Amino acid sequence: MRTVARRVLQLVVVVLVVTFFTSILTSLLPGDPVTTIAPFSSVQTRADIREQLHLNENVVQRYGIWLKNFVTGDMGREYAGTDIKGASISQRIKDTLPHSLLLMLYVQILTLLVAVPLGIYTAYRAGHLADHASNAIGFFLVSIPVYVAATIMILLFSVNSYGIHLPSEGWVALSTDPAQHFSHLVMPVVAIAIGQIAVYGRLLRSDMVATLQEDYILMAKSKGMTNGRILWRHALRPSSLTLITVAGLNVGTLVSGALIVEVIFHLNGIGYAIYDAINRRQYIALQDYVAVVAIVYVLVNFGVDILYRVLDPRIRNA
Amino acid sequence: MLESAEFQADSVHAGAEVAVEAPPAFKKKGIGVVSWIAIGWLGLITSLAILAPYLPIKDPQFADFARPSAGFFTPGHLLGTDDAGSDVLSRAIWGARSSLAIAIGAVLVGVVVGGFLGLYAGFRGKKTDTVLSSLFNILLAFPQLVLALTLVSVLAPAAASGGSESAGHDFYSKRLFTVIIAVGIVSIPILARITRANTLAWSQREFVMAARAQGAKDRRVMFRDVLPNVLPAILSIALLGVAIVIVLEGALAIFGLSIPLPYASWGNMINSQISQLDAAPQVWLVPSILIVFTVLSLNYLGDVVRSHFDVRESAI
Repeated sequence: MRTVARRVLQLVVVVLVVTFFTSILTSLLPGDPVTTIAPFSSVQTRADIREQLHLNENVVQRYGIWLKNFVTGDMGREYAGTDIKGASISQRIKDTLPHSLLLMLYVQILTLLVAVPLGIYTAYRAGHLADHASNAIGFFLVSIPVYVAATIMILLFSVNSYGIHLPSEGWVALSTDPAQHFSHLVMPVVAIAIGQIAVYGRLLRSDMVATLQEDYILMAKSKGMTNGRILWRHALRPSSLTLITVAGLNVGTLVSGALIVEVIFHLNGIGYAIYDAINRRQYIALQDYVAVVAIVYVLVNFGVDILYRVLDPRIRNA
Repeated sequence: MLESAEFQADSVHAGAEVAVEAPPAFKKKGIGVVSWIAIGWLGLITSLAILAPYLPIKDPQFADFARPSAGFFTPGHLLGTDDAGSDVLSRAIWGARSSLAIAIGAVLVGVVVGGFLGLYAGFRGKKTDTVLSSLFNILLAFPQLVLALTLVSVLAPAAASGGSESAGHDFYSKRLFTVIIAVGIVSIPILARITRANTLAWSQREFVMAARAQGAKDRRVMFRDVLPNVLPAILSIALLGVAIVIVLEGALAIFGLSIPLPYASWGNMINSQISQLDAAPQVWLVPSILIVFTVLSLNYLGDVVRSHFDVRESAI
């Protein structure tokens, strides 16, 4: 319990430091940040932006103000021009973040659904043709970037519609139309999952191979248990620890993948918001979106770490 | 289902394989045909990239207005042209120049800065280690792409506008430099962490103690005794790092933050067609294929180096 408390404390510190980094982002802009954000604005607007960014205060004060706004959920608005009220940043985060999280969840589910049976099977057939073939194919799949997989799929299934036609643009809410929801997400999810499946499958395989050497597996076999039961019930759990570690290490790849497919498939997620903010020079908004992504990333890693402790009794109190 | 006897035979076989996977320390192994193919491919791409200005290829920005969006094997354009009529082959070669410059440059920044910091942290330990390690951890708390995106967009605010103001070779070099530095910063903590972990392990060894007992100075022990042993780990990660950065450059291009048009990089060739994939598929298919094969080669060689020198996975 004490270790968990310490991890939570660490988490809080990391979140604070990370958000501090993002909040001083604007001060990294070369020259006057206001000129970069709104190059042709009036003196009054410049003063307003200066006020909004709290550029007259020092870095620590600025962070304090930003943190207060961030926690209370009032992050101001995007700059849209003189006397025009831009979109609310907080609202945009509320709208987009669930999309990104759902996308990542689907990727993770698909990955596990394919990678776990694959890992078990290749471990069981270690050294055979199926194992070598899947290893070689896996090596190839890992080397395909998300955007290459995505563009090739769009060409095949949206532009040319070989066999099936899949929509390549936009987000449809699950509650609006479940069928459309999933058909819009098939390609984005598969594009990210391809590489992940290969990584997970390979690592599970190597751990499974080691587990299958253990005495208790021999014991189970000598009691006459079926292979399926041995593999799924006795060997999977001790072998799945690596899977959790990889899941933790892979969160970054997952987040990056999600951001990229959001831009390519125009899914209204936080990645698309970042893309939009960069291309419209919305640096006030950008720093909030980046902070949100970083916090999600840190939290997911934290979750993985806790899960690891739950699954492995040996390190629970270490 | 399969017979239990076969299952047992399998696990025995698997056992034999596991034994093989941990090679005896002094056994010399060849690197195999596939490795040579990978090295050959990388050599080819690298020499094309270096020799681009001297090769008998078209100007990558020259627009052949008579033949825009021409397919493969059009006379005069082996790999076709893009929608402006520029030669895809020559853009792919010049693109290799940008992409490899970014990848190798960024990884070099990572290896030199990250390697040194990691070596220093691992060797000195105590407070130095605590301070440096927490610095690495802060940088690692951002997903790589997000950190790279943020750094490029902040360091090069003219990014978004592209086109009109991007004229001039000077702008190209500046952006190349910005991307290298931004991605280099992203790679520093990764390389530093690996170097640190390996340094910690090697610093405990007897020969390091012996060197110290003989009165060798810290700097000598660090660079003469520890560094050569840590290098294989750094090398294998650096190879993977180059692969990762090549992919990352494409991702930056998707966000409009890599080399701006009309200059070519593999990433911006793909991005330039992303909203009209069927208009001239060769424009994005060629760099896509080049990226996949280059990354595949690097991943494979990284793996070979790792198993050759028995770099511990746990150190990563």
